[in-house]
Amino acid sequence: MPADAAKAAGLLFLVVVVQLSVMANVDILSGHPNLLLVTLVCVSLLRGAVFGAVAGFSVGLLADAGVFGTLGFSALLLTLAGYWTGRYGETTGRDRAHAPVLSIAVITVLYQISALVLRYMLGEPAPAHHIFAALGPTVLLNLILTVPVYSLTRRLLRPREWVTREVRLLG
Amino acid sequence: MPRNRVTAVLGSSVPRPRPQPFPSRNRSTLRRRVIVGILVLLSLVLITISFRAGSGGPVHSVKGAGATVLRPFEVAAERVARPFRDVYGYFASLVHVKRENSRLKQQVNELRQKELLGQSALEQNREFRKQLKFVDSPRFPADYAPVNTRIISWATEFEQQVSIAAGSDSGIKQDTPIVTNYGLVGRVTDLTGSSAQVTLLTDENSAVPARDQTTGAIGLVRHGQGENSLLLDFVRKESNVQRGDVIVTAGTRSKQYPSLFPGGIAIGVVTSVGQSDTALYKQIQVDPYVDFSALDAVTALITHKRTPKAP
Repeated sequence: MPADAAKAAGLLFLVVVVQLSVMANVDILSGHPNLLLVTLVCVSLLRGAVFGAVAGFSVGLLADAGVFGTLGFSALLLTLAGYWTGRYGETTGRDRAHAPVLSIAVITVLYQISALVLRYMLGEPAPAHHIFAALGPTVLLNLILTVPVYSLTRRLLRPREWVTREVRLLG
Repeated sequence: MPRNRVTAVLGSSVPRPRPQPFPSRNRSTLRRRVIVGILVLLSLVLITISFRAGSGGPVHSVKGAGATVLRPFEVAAERVARPFRDVYGYFASLVHVKRENSRLKQQVNELRQKELLGQSALEQNREFRKQLKFVDSPRFPADYAPVNTRIISWATEFEQQVSIAAGSDSGIKQDTPIVTNYGLVGRVTDLTGSSAQVTLLTDENSAVPARDQTTGAIGLVRHGQGENSLLLDFVRKESNVQRGDVIVTAGTRSKQYPSLFPGGIAIGVVTSVGQSDTALYKQIQVDPYVDFSALDAVTALITHKRTPKAP
């Protein structure tokens, strides 16, 4: 478990750096890929709700500090994203091949809308038209990132063994 | 028989093995919810403190520490990514290169003529100022020392802000103007010793007193509707602003509200002028000279000359 945490922390730190200095400026068809969110979702799927929530909070805090943003803003959204994805991974999504893709699509939409609502509530600029126009391309770009990121994360954090026990009934 | 196969006999008292739970389920639901609740609460507290503290206090120190830790990694990542971005930018720019080339050739001819006139006017102006013993506020670029630095991170798509790799250690202060060779970029809104946050001109909270260089009409440049578009607002209907006019910073125009930006920094060119019967002011669209989505290196303008203040 500590080795897992260390590996995940290293991966997520690297991803925060890449997201802030490279990916945040990538604009393809008005969409902005969010490598940080994609990686967090993959880690949460493999390691569960609590791991996902703690990882989300930590990277969110780091990302907020890195861009002089409102401290706690990304931390709140990523904590919830990590927690819900982790729960899905522990329950319904377990062992399902489509789980990463489905999670990324849903979480990206929820993340963007939640961020918009939160910004509006905080009285900060919340360009809804801009966000909704970019939502489709952003989801698509995140889905494209999902395949390599999930396979890398899966290689780094091996999925936990699920021992199935077969019960043979003898009359 | 396989190792994990269990044999059970109906009606016997042999207890049925309990299903192996998913490891995370070992933790109780309550514990899981408490952890998430604490994290959410902590986030909300941080948001509240961050909002109330403004640009000082312990939260600012935490932000500064985070930015300082990330800075070397961001600089390294930016250096690694730069060649790839340049290649992408090169191919992306090829799409419009032919049309742009002919437009620029025409522009060069016009500017060559204007430069000759400008040089002569500048000399004249300098001579008149000398004769009048004119006391002036800091002037751009003569009274400013440049600090050239690199963009190290971009904020989210919600925010028009970037981080630069120079801070108060390099002489940068709160509200220091940031420019490129093309024109005005924005101003410093937060800083640490080694990095600073720059709020771009396209941010919803930015507003710059600006002047039409041709007619002298004064207005306020702020963000426009689309990405990378600006509006020149509060220009009276009587003003004769035309398409193609160059918009520059106006400098301080009111003793009550001194401008943060020195006068004469290029902002952009007027692309459309409109007015309606009901509106009080003209609706002027400005195309900025700076491409805010392709910022790479910027210059912070540091001055040690004090801006004269009204008594």
